[in-house]
Amino acid sequence: MKSATSRGNTFLALAGLAVASMPFWATAYHMQLASTALILSMFALSLQLLVGGAGLVSLAHAGFFGLGAYTIYLLGPVSILISLPVAALTAGVAALGIGALALRTSGFFFLMTTLAFGQMLFFLFHDTPLGGGLDGVFIQRPDTIWTISKAQRPTVFLLLNLSVLAAMYAGLWLLMRTLFGRALLGIRANEHRMRAMGHPVQRLKLAAFTVAGMLAGIAGHMAALTDAFIAPDLLGWHRSAEALLAILLGGIGFLHGPILGAFALTLLEELSPLITERQRLVEGAVILAAVLLLRRGLAGIGR
Amino acid sequence: MQNAGVSTFLAQLLNGLQYGLLLFLIGSGLTLIFGVMRVINLAHGSLFMIGAYLAYVVAGWTGSFWFALPAAISGGILFGTFLEAALFRRFRDREHLDQVLLTFALILIFEEARSILVDNQFHSVAVPELLDFSIPIVGGFAYSAYRLAVLAVCLAVAGLMVLVVERTNIGASIRAAAENPEMVGLLGLDARRIHMLVFAAGTALAMLAGALAAPLQSVYPNMGDGFLILSFIVVVIGGLGSIGGAFWAALLVGTIDTLGKAYVPQLAGIAVCGLMALVLLVRPSGLFARG
Amino acid sequence: MMDARGLSRRFGGLLAVSDLSLTLQVGELHAVIGPNGAGKSTLVNLLAGELTPTEGSIWLNGVDIAALDTERRARAGVGRTFQRTNLMPELSVLENVRLAAQVRSGGILRRADRVRPPIEDALAALTRVGLRGTEQNAAGTLSHGQLRQLEIAVALAGQPSVLLLDEPLAGSGAEDAAPLVALMRDLSREHAVLLVEHDMDVVFAVADVVTVMVDGRMLARGTPGEIRASAAVRDAYLGHVVA
Repeated sequence: MKSATSRGNTFLALAGLAVASMPFWATAYHMQLASTALILSMFALSLQLLVGGAGLVSLAHAGFFGLGAYTIYLLGPVSILISLPVAALTAGVAALGIGALALRTSGFFFLMTTLAFGQMLFFLFHDTPLGGGLDGVFIQRPDTIWTISKAQRPTVFLLLNLSVLAAMYAGLWLLMRTLFGRALLGIRANEHRMRAMGHPVQRLKLAAFTVAGMLAGIAGHMAALTDAFIAPDLLGWHRSAEALLAILLGGIGFLHGPILGAFALTLLEELSPLITERQRLVEGAVILAAVLLLRRGLAGIGR
Repeated sequence: MQNAGVSTFLAQLLNGLQYGLLLFLIGSGLTLIFGVMRVINLAHGSLFMIGAYLAYVVAGWTGSFWFALPAAISGGILFGTFLEAALFRRFRDREHLDQVLLTFALILIFEEARSILVDNQFHSVAVPELLDFSIPIVGGFAYSAYRLAVLAVCLAVAGLMVLVVERTNIGASIRAAAENPEMVGLLGLDARRIHMLVFAAGTALAMLAGALAAPLQSVYPNMGDGFLILSFIVVVIGGLGSIGGAFWAALLVGTIDTLGKAYVPQLAGIAVCGLMALVLLVRPSGLFARG
Repeated sequence: MMDARGLSRRFGGLLAVSDLSLTLQVGELHAVIGPNGAGKSTLVNLLAGELTPTEGSIWLNGVDIAALDTERRARAGVGRTFQRTNLMPELSVLENVRLAAQVRSGGILRRADRVRPPIEDALAALTRVGLRGTEQNAAGTLSHGQLRQLEIAVALAGQPSVLLLDEPLAGSGAEDAAPLVALMRDLSREHAVLLVEHDMDVVFAVADVVTVMVDGRMLARGTPGEIRASAAVRDAYLGHVVA
């Protein structure tokens, strides 16, 4: 998986600065939209560790995202310094357990079992009282939030989400450069040969699955904090598919692809209702175009 | 009262078996398509929805539900043949990620097409008059004749499938192709023909299930979603490419899901997924898989 | 030293390998020859851990490894090459070998560029097989002969005590074969080498011991000279005398 070229890195940095500067020129609505895009970027980036990093296509990922979100609901109003690690840990533990089982399969089976496990998490919050109801619940934000005026909240969340995304990206960038990251890329390239070399492939995949789950939990946590409302459909497999689409749009071969793809998708969702009411048709057409035409994704343009 | 409890249980048990058999129709097509063509089709549940809406439309036009079944079957064969030739033949060579997204796009397109051709409404479909009564079974317990008929039809289809797969030449080819998809050409089998056949049959089966289910659960958007997940679980538990496996797995899953929803609704969905987890722990290749 | 005793492997009704025993020792190149379908590939896969034996045992330096899977056997010191090139074409030549060398490094969260031992081992292996200078190229751009060399480099990088070479000359012309042959003789000095090969001239030139397999069984075993002279082997396999 390639990282951005220095030209691409410059672009990313500039884009980051542009987003950070939004409080000076953008409306509250647009800043919220940017937060949505940033959170989708985090979610898609966490999945990219599996897809572009290790060659594992998982449909359970939204389950870990949702777990992270519901952790805030279950914890109640506590400081973000507590809720964030707890969300990451909860999602990570779930990923460890589910990964240990799901990774006993491969290929199609892996896809199907991750789909079913993701749905199991969905049922957990949709069918039982744990999630507070199938229509969703409001989040009680930590008390510190109330010290910030309503007008300033979009700014605070924007900068908060930008920081988390930047940290996540930097962390993954470093991780892919370690021996662990190289091993994952080797697994994606040729798992059979990696086994023949003696790599503990199963353990490596499980570690990746767990870390990816943790990061998805962090993304979900930020979503709950930002939107103050969560519903069980956050855990549905359609959401996992959406993250996969962001990865594909941005370019599966690039670490920063998911960020480009997430922003493109968010923009598309905003603009397409202006063209037609038939949203599903637009989404379907976009997917078909992306898969059939965009060979290397947005990140691959000009390479 | 004791009798009421037992009656309810018997009714739910039969409902579970009937649900399981519908699940078998959907799941058997899926397992064959997976096993023989090694292609993922997330839109398989949508075929169920298409069959149900087709039944609704045909029953509405003709005034009789009986035309809906042959319509669903023949429509399924035609539609399946078209899908295979136009799309899935090309999808086969693509990466998993592409297949997931392409078939996800199909779900959206199917939903939108239905929205344009029919509508987005919930519609009930009348049970055919001939079967609109209850048959007394035992004690004070009576069961819907239509549901029993659905049971019978599904069992008949299952029997027919087993006959074709186990006793005919084309069935032997399909079995061979499911066990060794890469070797199909080397074995001298006509891969093209087998793929077309399997996909057409799978589509027809799913659409038939939808048509049969229409009077029972009415038709509404996204009605195939629940079946999609369950049918994947059936394929995992039953083993890839195994029709016999799909049969028993579908009955198991259908019964657990129905009884679960009746008695412990909060845990029904979790229980079924938990069953799959258990199977993976014990026998990753499927409970009923060969070898 | 690897010691296989009474190995058998059944596939449904077919007995691909039947009651086969052999010993591999450091300093010795043990060749296995036989017509197509003799069970040579199955034998390699049994020794490498890709297949579990239906019967028999496999000992590595006195330890029973029959129950170990491929990964664990590789870590225990069993290296193998593949008859059909089985590498990572999009990764660089160096990376292919470095990944194999990395297995024995701990500290998996260290930056790969800064961990020297796997890189040094990889470069050493590449030098040994004669590919030094191609490190930065993508493996997919190598010629066929170079790819066969890379296969061996990857196996070597894991510092195995046993080397299973599965038709290393497969698809190679005479020009590509010569350096590989010299390499094989060289390798047998420090490793216990098993060579499965079709090219008779090569086998008789480098092997210390030859085992002839037919229909899954051992037909004959001896020095190259003995095997060449054996009438039974000639009848069953060679067809005509290779003078």
